[in-house]
Amino acid sequence: MSQNTTARVAGGTADFLDQRLGASKVVRGMARKVFPDHWSFMLGEITLYSFIVLLLSGTFLTLWFVPSMGITTYEGAYAPLNGVEMSEAFASTLHISFDVRGGLLMRQIHHWAALLFVAAMTVHMFRTFFTGAFRRPRELNWVLGSILLLLGLGAGFTGYSLPDDLLSGNGLRIIDGILKSIPVIGTYTSFFIFGGEFPGEVIVPRLFITHVLLIPGLLLAIIGAHVGLVALNKHTQYPGPGRTNNNVIGFPLFPVYAAKAGGFFFIVFGVIAFMGAVATINPVWNYGPYDPSPISAGTQPDWYIGFLDGALRLMPGWEFTVAGFTVPVNVLVPAVILPGLLTTVLALYPFIEAWATGDHRPHHLLDRPRNVPTRTGIGVMAIIFYGILWADGGNDILATFLHLSINDLTWIFRVGLIVLPALGFWVTKRICLGLQRKDREIALHGRETGRIVRTADGEFFEVHEQLSDHDRWLLVQHEPHRPIELEPDTDENGVARPGARKDRVRQKISRWYFEDRVEPVTPADLEAQHAEHHEAVESGTERRESIGAGD
Amino acid sequence: MSTSGEQGGLAKRLRGKKRNARPGTAVATSEAAVYDDQSGPGTEVERDTGHLPDRFANPGLRPHVHRMADTDPAAARRAERQVTTLFGISAIGTVMLIVAYFAFPLEGTFESIRLSNLTLGLGMGLSLFGLGVGAVHWAKTLMPDSDVVEERHDLHGSDTDREMAVDILKTGTDESGIGRRPLIRNSLLGAAALLPLPGVLLLGDLGPLPGRKLSETLWGEGVRLASDPSGTPIRASDVTLGSVFHVIPEGLNESSHPLEEKAKAAVLLLRIEPEKVEDVPEREGWDVDGIFAYSKICTHVGCPVALYEQQTHHLLCPCHQSTFDVTQHCKVIFGPAKRALPQLPISVDDEGYLIAQRDFEEPVGPSYWERG
Repeated sequence: MSQNTTARVAGGTADFLDQRLGASKVVRGMARKVFPDHWSFMLGEITLYSFIVLLLSGTFLTLWFVPSMGITTYEGAYAPLNGVEMSEAFASTLHISFDVRGGLLMRQIHHWAALLFVAAMTVHMFRTFFTGAFRRPRELNWVLGSILLLLGLGAGFTGYSLPDDLLSGNGLRIIDGILKSIPVIGTYTSFFIFGGEFPGEVIVPRLFITHVLLIPGLLLAIIGAHVGLVALNKHTQYPGPGRTNNNVIGFPLFPVYAAKAGGFFFIVFGVIAFMGAVATINPVWNYGPYDPSPISAGTQPDWYIGFLDGALRLMPGWEFTVAGFTVPVNVLVPAVILPGLLTTVLALYPFIEAWATGDHRPHHLLDRPRNVPTRTGIGVMAIIFYGILWADGGNDILATFLHLSINDLTWIFRVGLIVLPALGFWVTKRICLGLQRKDREIALHGRETGRIVRTADGEFFEVHEQLSDHDRWLLVQHEPHRPIELEPDTDENGVARPGARKDRVRQKISRWYFEDRVEPVTPADLEAQHAEHHEAVESGTERRESIGAGD
Repeated sequence: MSTSGEQGGLAKRLRGKKRNARPGTAVATSEAAVYDDQSGPGTEVERDTGHLPDRFANPGLRPHVHRMADTDPAAARRAERQVTTLFGISAIGTVMLIVAYFAFPLEGTFESIRLSNLTLGLGMGLSLFGLGVGAVHWAKTLMPDSDVVEERHDLHGSDTDREMAVDILKTGTDESGIGRRPLIRNSLLGAAALLPLPGVLLLGDLGPLPGRKLSETLWGEGVRLASDPSGTPIRASDVTLGSVFHVIPEGLNESSHPLEEKAKAAVLLLRIEPEKVEDVPEREGWDVDGIFAYSKICTHVGCPVALYEQQTHHLLCPCHQSTFDVTQHCKVIFGPAKRALPQLPISVDDEGYLIAQRDFEEPVGPSYWERG
């Protein structure tokens, strides 16, 4: 095809699309949209791409999977289970694994992608939190992200339960126990979900439609809104020379990001495919079909359910009876109230912080975590809290591995759950303030060059090299955060001001956020610092400046 | 565009804001600040703050540094070859997958499955990974890497936009007459409030109501204790000291809902020297010469309590580590469970088989609200 023909065909296609869709306006508006470049911005991409991998591999699996709990006798390629009675769901899972070429690969890709999906989403959330990317105008996108996280957990759990193997069946039994712990409606909820007594015969088909239609549909819609809002608000960027709250600096969507992000999709997919090729995951044929009686030691859920399992393990055995009704605190608190509370606080955090700090301005420049020590401390505190619950979900494995008594280990985690998050908050905050002091020090005195000089008087000192304006900018660009101040409680006539008490609470919280702080170096600070040196040089006692300058 | 001018403007706006702020909203105290040296405000700064700005000015973009491929045609050609090679690797991976699909059929052996999975997966991984790395390498070496600056604009509408929006909504509301015709409004609200009810009602057949199902099991007077999963009845003489049996009620496998029944009726049978077990007068005669039967369903969230430590006489639930002491009638001695495992009173029939005296005296498994 000659160049001329190509141009004609391309032109014709473009005209066709423009006449019918207004494509030229879309291209004009979107194609050169600028996105900033940073490795941490790829965490959300990994999440999105593993979701696409999940859609593709999941569709493949549905072509053979039979979502039924009808009993069948297995006759297939896997000899050890031949002649064993099992549900059609489990039998078809074996069929996909052993009789469909590429079936096992797709199952493993699907499972690895699911683990990666939730992991990438979690780390992406950490990044968003620690850099303050959730602040105005992006609070709603943070809320959408929190919903996506919940849906991700739901997608994972419903999928994990579909093969109807021994491990996932016990997981469902735990869910049944959790549902029953809910006051008043618990048993009804359980009977309605399982279609009667556990395990019943309808839970797999119900989970199936939830897993392949309801949750992915919601995920798709909300991911669309999530990414759409990123485009609408334009991406945040890290502070740096030339970057302001009013611009975006980076590369255009077409062609640079089309190639980079498109290529990255194939990289993520490729890595998941490698994992599916070499790393076995969820070998259900080893577990066997579900039976309510047997169980194996060291059972573990998928990693993202671990915190819930750990919370159940940590909780002391409290239960009480009120007026003839039982309240199983030992299940209700760790498995219903705690996750509910955690996700609510998580979703509302942007609003909580804005209320506490009084900062309602739009922010497009990200915070360096060290410059917001209290928030960074809160984040670390939450991660440690979650991490301890998660680690306790494997307390039996840990106890075996570390040769510890499982009872001691559980007690260590129980105490740790209360002590360590607070300690983590304090340590993190101190580290952040230390790093800020270091920044201040470098901005004021320059970089240590490692060059030791002896003056004529015999004095040794290390030459400091002043930073260039570009290098210094990162250290001094941030705005100092200060606690809010109060209006007087009474006006000049001694009349109490409405809302004075509420303001005092706010001020306390604001103080807690910002009281301990290191302010960035101002031009005046730097000037004063130089003047000090200058005087010293003039008086002839030191020659550091001139020697440093001669470097 | 000029970034530094931009920043100056921003700084000016911020300063302006600070001046205009109502007292007590955003004005700061600086006394509370933590300083690492003596150069903080209030020491020597005063003498020269007159002519200096509050903040540093943004120095603007760093000078652009060219890449090798931007300036050296040989480097550019090298990068081009690298990208092409990576795309080539991708094609090789695809061919490898196609070959593997036909070359390694599944023959029902683990070996054939492993080989097929590995070759298909590696081929697929290679085809995807090669394409991805190639595209990224192309973008990073050969596509322009100079910074592009785009201005941000506030998302919200102008004051005129807002006024017009409010006007439109007001006009629309007026035109609908919903304010003037409260009868329509109220009947609409009432009807809309009722509308979800059928939606909820129609879900009523999702499941039957619990009734007494949770407090009844297949166990009853004279039901034989049978081995799980075979269903063979167990003789008392078969249960030697220290042994453990996983038990189901006889006839469970033939019942209409074996899994549901098993989820409640599973029992653990074990024999222990009777003098080691604490005497509880109410449970006198519930065992047969030290053969005890306890519900196997954990009272925490319902996992099977299947691990028995013969030396310590402890039963352990592998899900959440609730530990039950057999010598204290399966009282909880550690972990999140609260209630002891319910005991099944047993005796022996004429033929020497173990039988239940009656059903459990309390509901087995996890606690629930109306359990009492």
